[in-house]
This record gives sequence, C-alpha cells and structure tokens, in this order.
Amino acid sequence: MTKATRGRAPRAKAEAPGAASEFWNLRLYVAGQTPKCVAAIRNLNRFCEEHLAGKYRIEVVDLLENPRLARDDQILAIPTLVRKLPEPLRKIIGDLSNTERVLVGLDLRPQADAGSE
Amino acid sequence: MARATSRPVSRALPKCPTGIQGLDEITRGGLPRGRPTLVCGPAGCGKTLLAIEFLVRGATRYDEPGVFMAFEETAEELTQNVRSLGFDLDELSGRKKLAVDYVHVERSEIEETGEYDLEALFIRLGYAIDSVGARRVALDTIETLFGGFSDPALLRAELRRLFRWLKDRGVTAVITGERGDGTLTRQGLEEYVSDCVISLDHRVTEQMATRRLRVVKYRGTTHGTNEYPFLIDERGIEVLPVTSLGLEHAASEERVSTGVPALDAMLGGRGLYRGSSVLVSGTAGVGKTSLAAHLAHAACGRGERCLYFAFEESLGQVVRNMRSVGIDLEPWVKKGLLRFQAARPTLYGLEPHLAGMHKAVRDFEPSVVVVDPITNLVTVGSAAEVKSMLVRLVDLLKVRQVTALFTSLTHGGGSLEQTDVGLSSLIDTWLLLRDIERDGERNRGLYVLKSRGMAHSNQIREFLLTDRGIQLRDVYLGPEGVLTGSARLAQEARERAAEQSRKEEVERRRRESERRRGALQAQMAALRAELEAEEEAIRRMTDQESGRQERLLADRQEMARSRKANGTEQGDLGNHKRGARR
Repeated sequence: MTKATRGRAPRAKAEAPGAASEFWNLRLYVAGQTPKCVAAIRNLNRFCEEHLAGKYRIEVVDLLENPRLARDDQILAIPTLVRKLPEPLRKIIGDLSNTERVLVGLDLRPQADAGSE
Repeated sequence: MARATSRPVSRALPKCPTGIQGLDEITRGGLPRGRPTLVCGPAGCGKTLLAIEFLVRGATRYDEPGVFMAFEETAEELTQNVRSLGFDLDELSGRKKLAVDYVHVERSEIEETGEYDLEALFIRLGYAIDSVGARRVALDTIETLFGGFSDPALLRAELRRLFRWLKDRGVTAVITGERGDGTLTRQGLEEYVSDCVISLDHRVTEQMATRRLRVVKYRGTTHGTNEYPFLIDERGIEVLPVTSLGLEHAASEERVSTGVPALDAMLGGRGLYRGSSVLVSGTAGVGKTSLAAHLAHAACGRGERCLYFAFEESLGQVVRNMRSVGIDLEPWVKKGLLRFQAARPTLYGLEPHLAGMHKAVRDFEPSVVVVDPITNLVTVGSAAEVKSMLVRLVDLLKVRQVTALFTSLTHGGGSLEQTDVGLSSLIDTWLLLRDIERDGERNRGLYVLKSRGMAHSNQIREFLLTDRGIQLRDVYLGPEGVLTGSARLAQEARERAAEQSRKEEVERRRRESERRRGALQAQMAALRAELEAEEEAIRRMTDQESGRQERLLADRQEMARSRKANGTEQGDLGNHKRGARR
C-alpha cells in the first residue's frame, strides 16, 4: 500500500478542492470480473482521465483474492471506490456510471461549481 | 398417528441446541440446524444478547465456532456489553472460536453512483466463517442496511440471496430484526426467514417490566406456543417455560423433621418427605414464621444448608424474633448453613425475583428453602402470574430435591381453606394455622389440611409459642366445641379434680369391701364351727347308740347264760321252727 504519500492532505483540505498540486489516490474494490465490476473499472478510468488527468493513481483490489480487506476497509457493496487521498476518506459505491454523482462523491463538485462561476 | 408423523419430521429436521436455558425445551431441541432463524422484538428486548449467547454457548459447549456480524455496535462495544453477562468475547476470539465483524453502515458516507450489489458482505461473512470454521452465524441487526442504502428492492433481493447463501453454507444463523408497526420486523424479514421466527417482548405492566419470549413459527416441528417469561442476569438469558420441567422429578422416601416433634407425629409420625413442598397458611401473627424457623433450625441442626427468602423482615429482625421463642438462628448464619435473602417484593418484578431465587438456589444448593411469605409477591404481579412463578419455583426445588416451605398470609373473612386453593395443587403438605377466639382469648390451632403420601392426623392441635419453641397440645373436643387456651387449662383442671375424686371414691369402696369381706369371713368361720359341733354331737350319738346295742346283745346273752339255758332249749326252739315250716 502506498499510504505514505506526500503530506499534502492538510493543505488540500484548506485550499479549494482540485488544486493542481493535489494527488488522487483511489482504490476500487471489485469481486471478480462481473459486468458491474468491469463497468466500474472502465468508468473510473474514463472519469479520471477526464477530471484528474496526470494526478491520480488507481488501485484495483479484487476481494475474491483478498477477502480480508473487505473487513479491514469496511467494504460492503461491490463495486466500491475509496478516495484514500486527498483526505478525508470517501466512499462511493456502484459502477460509477452516474458521473454527476461520482463528482459529488469524490468531492469534485465544488470545483465544477467554481468552474461554472 | 401423531408419533408416526412426527418421527420422520424430527429425522428430517435436525436441531441445533442454543444452550440457552429453557429455550431448547420450548423449541424441543433448539433452532433448525443449517437454517436461518429470525429473532425479532422491540429495542432493548434482548435480541442481541440472545444472538451472542447462541454463539457463545455454541463455541463453549457444542464445539461449534460462530461468527457475529454486528451492524449496530462495534466489536469493542459488544465485548464490553456482554462482559457483565460472563461472556468473554476476546478470549473466544483468541481461541478462534468466535469471529466478530462490525459492519459500519452510514448513509452519509455512501454515495451511490450506479449499479451495485452487496457481494462484499458475502465475502466478509464467508471469510469470517472460514477463519474460525464457523457453524453458527448471527447477524445483528441486518435491517440496518436499509438505512444505509437507498434501493430497498435491491436490498431485498440481496437479503433473499444472503439467506439462501447461508443455507447453502450449512450454518445455523440467527438474524435479529427490530419490531415494525404491525409487523414482526420493520422490513418484513419474516418473509425471507420462514423456518423459525422467535419474538421477544419487553412489556411494562404496573411499572414492572417483564421480558417474554414466544416461538411464533417453527416450520416442521412442534414447539411451545406460549409466551414464556425470560430473564437476563449475569449468566445470560434464562427462559422459564412453565411446564419445561414436567413432572419427572424423583420422589424421595426419606423423611425430614419439621423441627417440631409433635408436628412430625401428626405427619404420619415421621415428618415431611424430603423434597416436598409445604404451605403454611394462616392469618397475621399465628406463627407461620416461627414454624418456618423451626424447619430451618432443624435442617441446620442436621448439618444441611437452608436458604431463607424473607419478604417481610430483615435478617436481624427474624433472628431476634425467633430468639424470643427459643430458636437461635444466629450460629447457623455464622456457620454459613443458613443464608438469608431479604428483599421487599416491590423492589423489582416477579421475574427478577424468580431469577434471584433460582440463582440463589443454584449457588447455595440448600436442602431446605423457606419463602416467607409468598403472598407478598402478589403485590408485584397478578395472582395468575404469581402462581405461574411459584409453579416454576416449586418445580425447580423439586427437581433439586429441596424441601420447601412457603408461608402464606390469608386474610380474615372467607374460608381460610379457599384463599390458597390456587396454590394447593402444587403443594404436598398444607398446614393451616388459624385463630380460635373464645372467652376473650385468641388461641392458635394447627391443622394438617393435606399431606400427600402419608397417614397424617386429622386432628386439630393447639399451637403454643413458648420460650422453648413451638408446642402442640391436644385440644379438647367437648360438647361445647374445641377448647383452647385458658378454657383448655380450666377443663384440664376440672378433669384432674374429677379424676382425683374418682380415685378417692374407688379407694373408699375398696376399703369398704375389704371390711365386709372380713366380716363375712368371720361369719363363715363361726358357722363352720357350729357345723363341726353339730357333726361331733351326731357322731357321738351314733357311737353311743351302737355301743348300747352291743351291750344289749351282750346283756341278753349274759342273761341267758345266767338262766342256765343250754343248747336243748335252743334245740327245741329249732325244731319247732322246722315243724312250723312244714
């Protein structure tokens, strides 16, 4: 786990979200290659390229291989996307097909608002 | 017929003992093995505890490890909460007998962005089951999920899948659910869990809370259908099925003394049967407690333990009061043979009372138990509830071969024999103490109304409280009725006086007859002397007479000789006689 990333979180919190210097550490929990999981992986990749190009990292965890992590990370639904960085930790469930809700879930919404202003 | 049909069913439906006292008896062996059971009820009714105990007992008694999936409390909270009940979840987890998984569900933290399912829940559960080799699973309270996810239809489908999955895994599961409005559970879980549904309740009537348990449904098996009270104490849950113990207790032939020899004599001469139940009823102040104290005293004197539940007086009060009738209970208390448990009945509800009594009996293992008085419990519950509680208490004591004495306060007016009829069927020996008021006195009478299995006395005895304990006296049954107290003493004095004069009369007569006999004997002696004199005279007369004859003959011969008569004369005479004859 690359948890020890640069200590940028506090600043990220203080600043407006989506500052250019922020790094996004995302982890997607799936269980095998079900259609929902496959769709989620595809949607996530697309989303990140669109909104977080160059400042994100995606880690896909297959719970069928690491069932222990389901408990340790409090995962219930599949698929679940966890924003480990920037803090605070956020969870999004579903296949990420609703981009609008993904934006809200990842706390990227204010940026979109700011953009529109 | 019933047997023929029930047999294959019981073979087809293996059961999983819960290890919870009483519940296995109601369900005739436990929960359906390999199937989910729904436990529902309002908040605070003990659902979680039942689920926990199911797992703990499984792990400790039946070597069936378990998984507890908590949706409401964290593992730490849970561990703390059940520690007071004697369950050490940490220790069980350490021995790989139990896995606790806290599932955190918080709506505000979950953003839904499309299709999803709860596969991770299955994975977690599956992982936990595999990690300890679990045979039992508890899900507490799975309905919390409905608060965390926005799509109830999806949740329902997932729950259906979950219960199917649990069955496929072959684990016996307990699923708890909160009571809904008019339904057993808020989300209608009973639709999915169709094999066994247990409903818990926590009702408050007249400020007394009573927990109850009912098996709503148990497919494919017979089960007790009543509502059974249950208790939660430091040993966990205890369901108290009224009839659970049945009438299977052994009957002892051994007799124990009541501590009052005269009463033992009334009871077929040898006292009570060990393990029998005695009811002592009577109005206020007739000596019920004293009788109970005698029994306790006698038991301790034999070196047996006695447990005394006092609902009216404190230990000090009883000890002091009994000293006044010559019974010193204090040494037994100090020796640890006599234990007092004094509490106001209104302190808590009936069930906690019963629980407390159960516990005390289990802990102390007495051979004699006194409950003084049971009637005070009526202030806590209705008569029917008190009766059902006492049935259970009596059963408990009988099974343990504990001789029990219950005192019961009856009120004036109405028949004394009727007030306690509700209890009389439970009781083996029923002693009635009653006041007998007469001549401005109040005295006590004791009857043996019934005593099973012995030829008991049908007589009333006067019951005296002396400074040397209880004394029983025969009462006088005269033409004026039963005499007790001073009337009896007066009667006794009269009897003694009568006895005395009767004795004197007899003596007088004896002397009189003696005297007369002497007189008669003297008379008889005189007569005999007279008779003898008479006989003597006659004999003498006869002697003289025969002497005279001889002399006459001799004289005549002499005379003949002197007249020189010889043989010729005699010969002539002879010839003459001969001629005449011719």
